[in-house]
Amino acid sequence: MLPKRSYLNNEYGLKSWLLTGDHKRIAMLYLISITFFFFLGGSMAGLIRLELLTPQPDLMASDTYNKLFTMHGVVMIFLFLVPSVPAVIGNFIIPIMVGAKDLAFPKINLLSWYLYLIGGTFTIAALVLGGVDTGWTFTTPLSTHYLNTHVVTAALGIFVAGFSSIFTGLNFIVTIHRMRAPGMTWFRLPLFCWSNYAASILMVLGTPVLAIAIVLVILERTIGIGVFDPAKGGDPLLFQHLFWFYSHPAVYIMILPGMGVISEVISTFSRKRVFGYTAVAFSSVAIALFGFFVWAHHMFIMGVSNYSALVFSLLTMLVAVPSAIKIFNWSATLYKGSITFETPMLYAFGFIGLFTIGGLTGVFLGSLGMDIHLTETYFIVAHFHFVMVGGMLMAYLAGMHFWWPKMTGRMYPEAMSKLAAVVTFIGFNLTFFPQFIVGYLGMPRRYHAYPPEFQVLNVLSTAGATVLGIGYLMPMIYMTWSLKYGAIAGANPWQATGLEWQIQSPPLTENFLETPIVDYEAYDYDWLANKTKHEVTTVG
Amino acid sequence: MDSQAIATHPGEHEVHEHPAYLRHHFETVEQQREATAFGMWLFLLTEIMFFGGMFAAYLIYRNWYYPAFAAASNTLSITLGATNTAILITSGFAMAMGVWCAETKRRKGLVLSLILTTIFGLAFLGVKYFEYKEKFELHHVPGADFSISQFVHPSAESKETPLAPDMAEKTQIYFSLYFAMTGMHALHMIIGIGLLVWLLVRSQQGAYTNGYVQPIEYFGLYWHFVDIVWIFLFPLLYLIDRHPGR
Repeated sequence: MLPKRSYLNNEYGLKSWLLTGDHKRIAMLYLISITFFFFLGGSMAGLIRLELLTPQPDLMASDTYNKLFTMHGVVMIFLFLVPSVPAVIGNFIIPIMVGAKDLAFPKINLLSWYLYLIGGTFTIAALVLGGVDTGWTFTTPLSTHYLNTHVVTAALGIFVAGFSSIFTGLNFIVTIHRMRAPGMTWFRLPLFCWSNYAASILMVLGTPVLAIAIVLVILERTIGIGVFDPAKGGDPLLFQHLFWFYSHPAVYIMILPGMGVISEVISTFSRKRVFGYTAVAFSSVAIALFGFFVWAHHMFIMGVSNYSALVFSLLTMLVAVPSAIKIFNWSATLYKGSITFETPMLYAFGFIGLFTIGGLTGVFLGSLGMDIHLTETYFIVAHFHFVMVGGMLMAYLAGMHFWWPKMTGRMYPEAMSKLAAVVTFIGFNLTFFPQFIVGYLGMPRRYHAYPPEFQVLNVLSTAGATVLGIGYLMPMIYMTWSLKYGAIAGANPWQATGLEWQIQSPPLTENFLETPIVDYEAYDYDWLANKTKHEVTTVG
Repeated sequence: MDSQAIATHPGEHEVHEHPAYLRHHFETVEQQREATAFGMWLFLLTEIMFFGGMFAAYLIYRNWYYPAFAAASNTLSITLGATNTAILITSGFAMAMGVWCAETKRRKGLVLSLILTTIFGLAFLGVKYFEYKEKFELHHVPGADFSISQFVHPSAESKETPLAPDMAEKTQIYFSLYFAMTGMHALHMIIGIGLLVWLLVRSQQGAYTNGYVQPIEYFGLYWHFVDIVWIFLFPLLYLIDRHPGR
C-alpha cells in the first residue's frame, strides 16, 4: 500500500501545484513540461530524417528544412538537455540526498520553472509565427543581417530559459554548500551531487555570457548597434567567442548530471562502492574547469590564429582525461561486483559504450588536421548525438527508471522497460553510426538534399530513427500506465544507500520527519545490510 | 507502511523558539543567513559574467580602433559624467547608511536613507537622459541616422585631430558599446529603483528593523555592485584620451 501521506497528496488542486514551493512538486512540473518539449523536438527530428530518406528534396523546401533543424536544436538543447537531469531528477533528489527539507530557495526554484515556461512559449511563438532558420548557433552576421525570420523571438526564448538555468544552478550550489545534514561531509555526498555541483558552476558562470551575447544580437537586429557588424567595424567572430564560451561548457552542463546518474546506478547494481570515489568526484570539477577553456575548438575553420588553435586543441584533449577517469572507474566498480541487470543498469551500460564512442570521436575532432576534414559534416552530427543522445538521454532514462519508484511510489513494468532499453540502444546505433561513415565520406550537415551514393546509409539512419522513436514512446506509455497500475515499490526497492532511499516512497513534503544524522560513507552497502538486520531484530 | 507515514507529530513545533522570518526548510537563523548571503554573492557573480562579455568586447575594440575610441570618447561631457559618478557614490553612501540603520533598528533613519538612495538613483537616470538626448541630436546613435562627419571634419575650436573616414566609421563601435554598457547599467538602476520603492514601503511598515536585516543588506550589495560597474564605466568610456586644455 502507498503511504497515507506524501508530497503528492499533501494538498490538492491546481493552485497547490502551480504555487508550490516543494522541490519535488516543481520537479514534477518540470518533468511534464520537459517531456512535452522532448516530443516536440523529437518529432522535428523525425521529419528531418524523413526528408533525408531520399537524395532529392521531396518532402519540404530547403527553407522549411532549415527551420526544422534550427528548432530541433533550440528545443532539444535549451529546453530539454540543459534542464533535463538537473531540473527534474536533481530538483527532486538533491535536497533529499544531502538531508535537507528543500532547496535553499524554494521560491526561486518555482520562478525558474515559470521562466522555463516563458522561454518555451517564446520559442513556440517563433515556431508558430513562421520559424527561425539560423541554426541553433545564431551565427552572426547571418542571424543579424541576412535572415528575415523570427530570430529575436527565438533569441528572447533562449535568454529567458537561460535565467531559469542560472537559478537552478545557483540553488544547487547553495543547497550543497549550506543545507547538508549533520555528518554529511563533502566526501560522503553521493556522486550525483558532485556532478550536479560541477554542472551548476558552469550554469552560473557560463549562462550570463550567453545572455549578453544574445542581448547584443537582439540590439543589433532591432536598433542597429554594430558590435558584431563587419560593416561598422564589428567582428562576427566575437559573437562566436561569446556564444561558445557558454555553449561549449553547455555540453558539460548537459553531460555532467548524466554522469552523476550513472555513478549512482552502477554502484547500486554492482553492490559496490564506486571505485576511486574521490577521483570521480574531482573529475567532475576538473571537467567543469577545463570545459571553460576549450571553446575555440568550434572555430578552427573560422580564421582564428594557428597558435590559439593549437592551444585550444591541446586543452580539448585534456578534457578527455577526467572523462576517461570516470569511464575507467565505472568499469573498475563493475569488476567483481554482484551485477544485476535491472533496467537502469541496461541504460547505464548503453551510456558507457555510447559515451565512450562519442567522447573518443570528440578527441578526433579536437585534433586540428582531422577537424578541418570532418567539421561541418555528418561526422560532427554523429559525434554530438552519441554524446548527447547516446550519453545524456540514456543517462536521463536510466535516472528516470532508477528514481521512478521514489518519485511515484510505484514500479514500472520490468520486462517492458528492459525491452525499451534494448530497442533504444539498437535504434540509436542504427540511426547515428551510419552518420559517422557518411560524414567521413563527406556528406555535409544542414542540407536537405545529398548525392545519391549516400542514400543507403541515410536509409539505415532513418530506419534507425523510427526504431529509436518507438524506444522513446514506450517508457512514456508504460510509465504513465504504472502511475495507477504499477506494483508498490516500497521505500528502498533497489537496496541502495542514498538518504533518499531511507525515507518512504513517495516522500513526505518535508522529506524527513527529523533531520537525519549521517554516520556512514557514501555507497556503504555493509552499513545498509547491518541497518536492515538491526531493524529486523527490533521488530522480532 | 512505516512509522514515517504517520501524519501527526504533536510537540514537533513547540520545542524551539524561532523568529517568524525563519523559513521552514532551514534549521537555524544562522543557516538561513549563510545560505542567503552565499546565494546573493553567487548572483552578483553571474552579473559580473554578464557585464564581463561587454567589457571583453570593449577591450578588443579599443585596442583595434584606439583613435576612433579616443575621438568618440572626447565628445562625451566629463562634467556630466563626473557629476553622475558623484551622485551615484552618494546614493551608495545613503544605502550603506540604510543598512546601518536597519542593523541598529532605526526605522526613521532607514526610511530616510532609502528615500535618499532613490532620489540620487533617479537623479543619475535624469542626467543620463540628457546625455542620451544629446547623442541623438549629434547623430551619434548607431542605427539611428549615424553620422561620422564630426570625426572626419572636426570643428576648429574642438582641437581634435581629424580621423580618416574608415577609422571614423569605427566610432560606431564605440557608441554601440557606449549604449549597450550604459544601457544595461541603467536597466539595472531602474530595476534597483523598483526594488527600492518596495523596500521603502515595507520599511515604513516596520519591516527590516526587527532583527531581520537581510533584504536590506542584500539589496545594498546589489546597489553597490551597480555602483561599481559605473566606477569602471566612467573612466573606460569618458576618460580615454583626455589632455589638459582640450
